[in-house]
Order: sequence, then structure tokens, then C-alpha cells
Amino acid sequence: MPLIRLEGVTKTVPLADDATLDILRGVDLEVDAGEHVSIVGRSGSGKSTLLNILGLIDAPTTGGHWFDDRDVSTLRSGTRDRLRGAQVGFIFQQFNLLQGRTALENVMTPLLYASGRRFWRRRAIAGAMLEKVGLGHRAEAMPHRLSGGEQQRVAIARSLVRDPRVILADEPTGALDIETGATVMRLLDDISSDTGAALVTITHDLAVAALASRHYALDAGVLSAARPRVEAVAPAAAVGPVAPAPEPGPASAPAVIA
Amino acid sequence: MTGFLTSVVGAFVEAWAELRVNKLRVLLSLVGVAVAVCSLTAVVGLGSIVEQSTRESNERATGRPASYVLYTSSTGAAEVPSAAVDEAFRSAVARYDITYASANAYSSRALQLGDGLVELPTQVVDVPYGEMHRVGIVEGRWFDEADASRLAPAVVVDEPLWRTLGSPPVSSHPTVEMVGSDTVVGVVVGVSAEQYSGGTGSMYVLPSDAYDLTPASSGAYGYSDTPQYEMWLPPEIGDDLSATVAANVESALGDDVQVDVSRNDYLAYGGEDPFLPIKLGVTGVGVLVLLLGGLGLVNIALVTVRQRIREIGVRRSFGATAPRVFFSVMLESVAGTVVAGAVGVMVAVLVVENPTVQGWVGQGSLDDLPPFPVSAALVGLGSATLIGAVAGLLPALVAVRVKVIDAIRY
Repeated sequence: MPLIRLEGVTKTVPLADDATLDILRGVDLEVDAGEHVSIVGRSGSGKSTLLNILGLIDAPTTGGHWFDDRDVSTLRSGTRDRLRGAQVGFIFQQFNLLQGRTALENVMTPLLYASGRRFWRRRAIAGAMLEKVGLGHRAEAMPHRLSGGEQQRVAIARSLVRDPRVILADEPTGALDIETGATVMRLLDDISSDTGAALVTITHDLAVAALASRHYALDAGVLSAARPRVEAVAPAAAVGPVAPAPEPGPASAPAVIA
Repeated sequence: MTGFLTSVVGAFVEAWAELRVNKLRVLLSLVGVAVAVCSLTAVVGLGSIVEQSTRESNERATGRPASYVLYTSSTGAAEVPSAAVDEAFRSAVARYDITYASANAYSSRALQLGDGLVELPTQVVDVPYGEMHRVGIVEGRWFDEADASRLAPAVVVDEPLWRTLGSPPVSSHPTVEMVGSDTVVGVVVGVSAEQYSGGTGSMYVLPSDAYDLTPASSGAYGYSDTPQYEMWLPPEIGDDLSATVAANVESALGDDVQVDVSRNDYLAYGGEDPFLPIKLGVTGVGVLVLLLGGLGLVNIALVTVRQRIREIGVRRSFGATAPRVFFSVMLESVAGTVVAGAVGVMVAVLVVENPTVQGWVGQGSLDDLPPFPVSAALVGLGSATLIGAVAGLLPALVAVRVKVIDAIRY
């Protein structure tokens, strides 16, 4: 049973002149627990919209959306928010750390929306998570005192602190240099593997995409299976220049469901 | 239940963190609220002093609520014998156990002073009169029961007369020589506060039939030792009890005497609160001040929320529900204004309780200084909370309407 299942998902937004814009067209996708899936695509191809639907931030216009075999397309807003908080961890391109709060406080933030033991022991849990990403010694540092790589590691710790079953990473290395990006991705891959969480990476960086076990390309709202064109970023020293963006597959190509 | 508890505690933690992170902004925005609450509370507090001052002034002039005056008039040819009226009145008030009852005659006494014999207005009153009319004593004391049996009559002089006497310490038992058909040396036991500036002096004496001290000219000035009789009764039973006393006095004096009683204090005529204009004025000013403070707060709060849209989006992505975001933003505002309100109230208490301020506002004539009105403190804190809630409402609504996707990319 897949953890996430999308069936024939479309997303349409109205435009000013009564026209509509199709952002996603008939997307089918299944993601299993512990799996690492990458989705590549050009700007404007609908990557972030797809990520928002997967992360329960946005709802499809039509089509089915199941999370852990539960139909989430009809959930009420509050239930959807709580499910997102408990099951989904987000990593953003610009880190989006809360300014004026220490690294530890940033990692504690998602636990403010938890309940029971997780809520009351949020400081200890967040501290342990920071240790896990190798930033225990920077717990009291403010975001502006951290390097880009450190900030993204804090963001990773923050996304994992509630033990989500899915981690959605939106261009996780987009604001980092190649070497730091590779380090961060290895960390993300390792931790998600350890916790058994599914990792969905949306990127235009083929080296980052190559780390995934399954690869998709999104073009003009159509999702299709793709093959990685570069080696996965293994040791930091082996990271080469980024390959040019892939040619998107034909718009009519059927989406491949793993 | 535990979910609800963690939600509430979590919202407080978030609000507090937000206040802590934005100390300077919060401080600046709350200064206006603190000043507004301080002004409102101080104005209400000082208003109570003004009200008390006005009340005391009225009570000095006309008696405390409910004060009744009893008059006698003859329906026959003969004049009403004042001794009989006096006896009938005292007997009636004793029968109904009325503590606060006094004769009051606006008379005069001729005093032998340094520059000759001077005739001064003199009130002939009983001991309870001082309490009934809030006679303020600035030196020495008011009459007591023992004074009635003194061989040298006790005298309470007012401040102008005391100054004429050379302001001697009352403990040194200063005396005044009263000249009438008899001449008697009275002992000054107390000095009453000057009621009207520019007075030439007056005094209080207790009634006594041992001497005739009526000055020869007193009739010419309209002075008379013939008293009227006053009673200070509980307002709720005053009308009935005063009528009963009047009926008793009338029956004791016989058919040729008519006895009337009427309420005479400042609340006698008008059912409306005489201090209503003061209260309304004070409240109006306070509300205006508070509205101005609140307006500034709303302004700053709205700008701040617009700056925080990305943060709100990030929180939503971590599972913050719309009600939770609404509550947190609202709580930030309320928590801040409550603290500002508490500071404002404390400053207001310091201002209102300052003796200099009290003396200035109460015109130095306050007998019973009112304690700082708890209602003023509650109004201050309540207003601060309300203004926080109102000022937080708009930003909270803006925060809830934020689209998570747009906010994260903001």
C-alpha cells in the first residue's frame, strides 16, 4: 500500500480574463514509505504546485489524493493542517528559518503544534535532532550567524523533528554551493533512510535528482518517468559541474507509477 | 483535553516568543497604550477625588444625605416657646434613637479682640453637628459631650478668627472673651477649616442657657439664637422617620403649633446623580485617549503582520491551524497590552496617590480622602485588554487569510 497516491490530479487556476490555466494535468503518482523520489522540471512546470498538493498545503482541482490510504481530498482545513503537521516535513530552498530565534528554537517550532510528550519535551527532542545533523554546538546561534549549509541543516532538523512519514524538499540545495549542497543532500538522504520517511525532492539540479531511487520529470503539468542523466552526488570531492537541464519528455508520455 | 491544553500553552509560548523577539517594536507600540491606560486610570482616579471634594463641599453646606430640617410655626396668637420646642425635639430623637440630631442657630457673638469689640457670625450647634456637616478641623478638635458641662464654654473658631487671635497653639488653651448681657471667657478647643476665602472670622459654640451672650445688636443683623433642628437619617427610612419625629414634636407642643419637616441636603431634589456630568466628562476624555492609543497600536500591528507573512506561512506548513494562528496573533496583542495596561495603572496609582496631586485636585479641603478606586484600576486593565483584543483582531484576520503557498514565497 503506497503512502501517497495521486490519481488523475489536475490543478487549474482562473485567470483575469475568464480563461483558466492548467498547472497540473492528470498527474498519477505513488510514493512508498522509505522511498526517495525526485521530480525535475523547468521553472513554471508545476513542480511547486505538485509539492504543495503532496504536502496537503493545496488541494487538487480534480482527481484523487490518498495519504496512507485515507482520502485527503475531502478533509476539512483543520484536519488537513494537523495531518500535515504530524506527517509531513518541509524543506524550502530559502531555508525559511524564523529570524530572531536560535537554531534550537527554530527546530522546536514544529513541536509547538504537537501534543502530549512531544510538546512538553520539545526542547530535549529538538536538541537531540540538532545533534543528529551535527549542529549541537550551534544550538544557540541565530540564523544570520550560520552559514548557508548550516541553515539548511537546521531546516532539515526542523523538518524531521516530528518524525514525519514524508519529507518534501523544494529545491533543497538551490541556495547552496555545489559542495555544500552535496553534503546537505547526503545528510538528508541518510536521515530519511534512517527514519524510514519517504523523501520527495523537487529540483532542477540533476545531480541532486540522481540521488533518488525513482525519477520523474514534470513538463507543462504532465508528470512522466525519467532517467537520471548524471551520477549521483557521492563523495563530496567527486561532485562535478551541474549538467544542463534535461529535455522534458513528450507531454503526452504517460506517467509511470512505480 | 491534552491536545487542547498543549494548544493553549503553545499559543502562549508562541505569543511570548514573538513579543521577546520583537522587543523594541513591541515596546514602542505599547508605550502609547501604557500612556493611554495611565491617563484613563488617572483621570478616573482623580475624578473620584474631585467628586468626593464636591460631595464634601455640598455636605458641609447642606448636610449629608439624608438631612432633614424641622421647623415650628404658631397657628395661634402666642409665639412658640423655644424651650418647649427644644425639649420636644430632644425627647423625640431620644425616643427613636437618632444619633445624629442637632440644633442649629445662626447667631452672633461679640468678641473682645485687640482692636475692640467685634461682632462675629456664630453658629450655636450640638456636638453631632460637626459630623453631620463634615466640619473640617485643622487644629485641636471638635466639641465632645464633656464640653457641654464646662464652666468656661468651649469654642471652635475658624481659621480667619484663629489668625486674628495670633494663631496660638490650641494646646495652650487660648481664650476669647464673649460680651453680651453677661461676659464669659470661652476656651478655644479647635480650629475649623476656612470655608470661604476672605472670611472675617466665625465660630461655633454649644447651646447654653447659663449665660445670655446675645449681643444687643444681633436683631438688627437678623441673627437669632432661635434654632432650627436638623437630623441626619438613613436615606431609605429618612422620609418616614422624619415625619414621625415631626408628628411627635407636634403632639408634644399642642394644637397651636405646626411642625414641618423637609429634606434639605443636596440630593433632596433631583433623582439624578449630581455627579453625572463630571463622570461623563471624565469618561469621555479617557475613552478618547484610549482610542488614540488603540489606533496607533492597530496601525503598527497591521504593518507588523504584513512583514511576518512568510513566517506565518512557514508555521502553517508545520501544521499550525488557522484558529491557532488567529489566536496566537491575537494573544500577542492582548498579552502586550495587558502588560502595558498594568504598567499604566501602576503609574496612575503613583500619580493619584501623590499627596501634592491630591491636595491640588481636592483643593486641600478633603475630609475623607477616597482610596484609589479599584474600579479605576479595573477599568484601566479591562480597557487595555479590550484595546489589545480589538487591535489584534484585524492583524489576526489578515494572518488567517494568508495563503500558505503565497506566504512561503513572499
